[in-house]
Amino acid sequence: MSGTFVGMPAFPKAAHEAVQDLTLRGNLRHATHTIRAKRAAAVAEVSDWALLREAGKQIKDHTLRHLDRYLVQVEESVTAAGGTVHWAADADEANRIVTDLVRATGESEVVKVKSMATQEIGLNEALEAEGIHAYETDLAELIVQLGKDRPSHILVPAIHRNRGEIRDIFAREMGAWGRPAPDGLTDTPAELAEAARLHLREKFLRAKVGVSGANFIVAETGTLVVVESEGNGRMCLTLPETLISVVGIEKIVPTWRDLEVFLQTLPRSSTAERMNPYTSTWTGTTDGDGPRDFHLVLLDNGRTDTLADDVGRQALRCIRCSACLNVCPVYERAGGHAYGSVYPGPIGAILSPQLRGTQSEIDASLPYASSLCGACYDVCPVAIDIPEVLVHLRERIVQGGPVTHEGTKVVLKPAKGHAAERAAMRAARWTFGHPGALRTGQRLASRTRRFHPRTLPGPGRAWSGTRDLPQVPAESFRDWWRRTGGDENGPRPGTADGPAKETK
Amino acid sequence: MSSRELILARVRRALADAPADDTPYERAVERGYLREHGRRTAEESADLLAENLADYRALVHRCTREELPDLLARLLAERGSRSVVVPPGLPADWLSAVDATRVPDLATSTAAELDRVDSVVTACAVAVAETGTVVLDGGPDQGRRRVTLVPDHHVVVVRVPEQVVASVPQALERLDPARPLTWISGPSATSDIELDRVEGVHGPRTLEVVLVSGH
Repeated sequence: MSGTFVGMPAFPKAAHEAVQDLTLRGNLRHATHTIRAKRAAAVAEVSDWALLREAGKQIKDHTLRHLDRYLVQVEESVTAAGGTVHWAADADEANRIVTDLVRATGESEVVKVKSMATQEIGLNEALEAEGIHAYETDLAELIVQLGKDRPSHILVPAIHRNRGEIRDIFAREMGAWGRPAPDGLTDTPAELAEAARLHLREKFLRAKVGVSGANFIVAETGTLVVVESEGNGRMCLTLPETLISVVGIEKIVPTWRDLEVFLQTLPRSSTAERMNPYTSTWTGTTDGDGPRDFHLVLLDNGRTDTLADDVGRQALRCIRCSACLNVCPVYERAGGHAYGSVYPGPIGAILSPQLRGTQSEIDASLPYASSLCGACYDVCPVAIDIPEVLVHLRERIVQGGPVTHEGTKVVLKPAKGHAAERAAMRAARWTFGHPGALRTGQRLASRTRRFHPRTLPGPGRAWSGTRDLPQVPAESFRDWWRRTGGDENGPRPGTADGPAKETK
Repeated sequence: MSSRELILARVRRALADAPADDTPYERAVERGYLREHGRRTAEESADLLAENLADYRALVHRCTREELPDLLARLLAERGSRSVVVPPGLPADWLSAVDATRVPDLATSTAAELDRVDSVVTACAVAVAETGTVVLDGGPDQGRRRVTLVPDHHVVVVRVPEQVVASVPQALERLDPARPLTWISGPSATSDIELDRVEGVHGPRTLEVVLVSGH
């Protein structure tokens, strides 16, 4: 059973602890730098990248704009192809639906394809509580599950582990879950992959129920798409008799043709490959090939709340490639766990507070887990303007205002922690609206400038510890302008010495 | 209210402020991106396919139609395969020179039985040059999805030039979404250890692609 994210501390505290961990920082630095250069090369291979990116954005925006229509179309087409469609408003309902479906088969274990949606709803824990064992089959998910750990990356949940740590986890834990790791296992990646192959094969061969997510659902045909590398996805999608796919409602694309965009942008953004080793598509059930029963669980769990925010809804375009994590300077140093969610990194910082609301300490702190450098926006294959949403969410947290929570419009109160900042902003607004007061204040500041401290006292000390406070000029611009008799044409000729120096 | 009605009502409420949009879908998305990257002759496309497959560690072979039976026999012999899965619609003469025991692709065979088979030989539906991809659609010469998954050695035959397209958009045009599709680009691999690619996890660890030309 993997750890949970419940009761996580706010990002600054969690990150503060993470950055002290030198092994973690070394692992993350190595992995993210490896993938960055490769992604850039894979993207540079296609000359029309900008057009593909724009098309991907437009496809997703159009789908979200007409999501009600496309959801109904998905239901019709999947049903017509022999599948059964279920609707889950929240995590509990989705877990209940899946648990009941597994129970109905009489089985007490399932094999799982890596899926963000099932991580998000805590499906493994819910199944375990009902006596059903869920085996993760993706290599990184297996490492996380065996290590009783939490995922720290969207694509590579065990990115925080290096090969030596993975070897130790396999050698120590595999025996308790099934076939033990081979004797004398070393830390070469090929041997570790072989150990995972041997360990999981018996589980694949006897599996009767598979659980997956999906990268895309095609509305017009009812086709689901899973993009993967190892073949564990193919195992789970084709060997069991029953297949249950839990998919967020934002994963829909309208037409089969739309895949031509995402099957080019997703692999290059995610693993920096021209194409990932395996992509499976299936439409309902096929006689004599693959599962006899197919269930699709359409998951809301905060997505419609996100859709209600006209700035924040662009986060629903996300195709979970994780390119934004790999380029993020904050993620590289703090690691994924500090984000307190299965969605870490820049996308997590805008997705988690929208899916879950900003009531908890961690969710209210996530929009601040960024330097707003914009690298995430640059690499995003569906052009999500993550900095724009971060600033929007910061504004919402500080000022409060209307949001949608579990389908109901509520008005958020301004956050308590920002009272001083709000008071300062109110005072500034009033001052800028009263030129006389502004002039008096500026002159007072200029005359007392030699007494100004170089560092801030009290809680401001940490901020000014690494920054110079701005120096107040001897004369304000407005006073200089007046003194030199300037008008809309600029200062009077012969007096253009500029305002008193030291303004910089 | 059922969850279905609840979710649909939430979606409609969430979009109540969005500006009206009745653009038909064909005009809603600017598709100025390329249908293929660069112009290539059929021969150049086959070369690119071979190059990209090899780049992702598939073993690529080229031969004429007449040479195919001998080549397949040699590949299986070199591998030491004693058994090989044969899809029902595979042209009979392809494996005419093969000694290994032929295992038919049956609805009743179990995954555990397939796990004891050494190799599988199939045709394909289409191949994509730009990405080094071979696509299977479960046709009679390709068999059920599991037969190309459980055995550790997959030999797939691509008919050149008629089955080779340049790009992903062109491949999707040729494929039928109603069929279960498997897109294969190299042998099973993982990037899960330190984000570095390693070949060989659950799918066939050896992928051999034969580009066969002539009729």
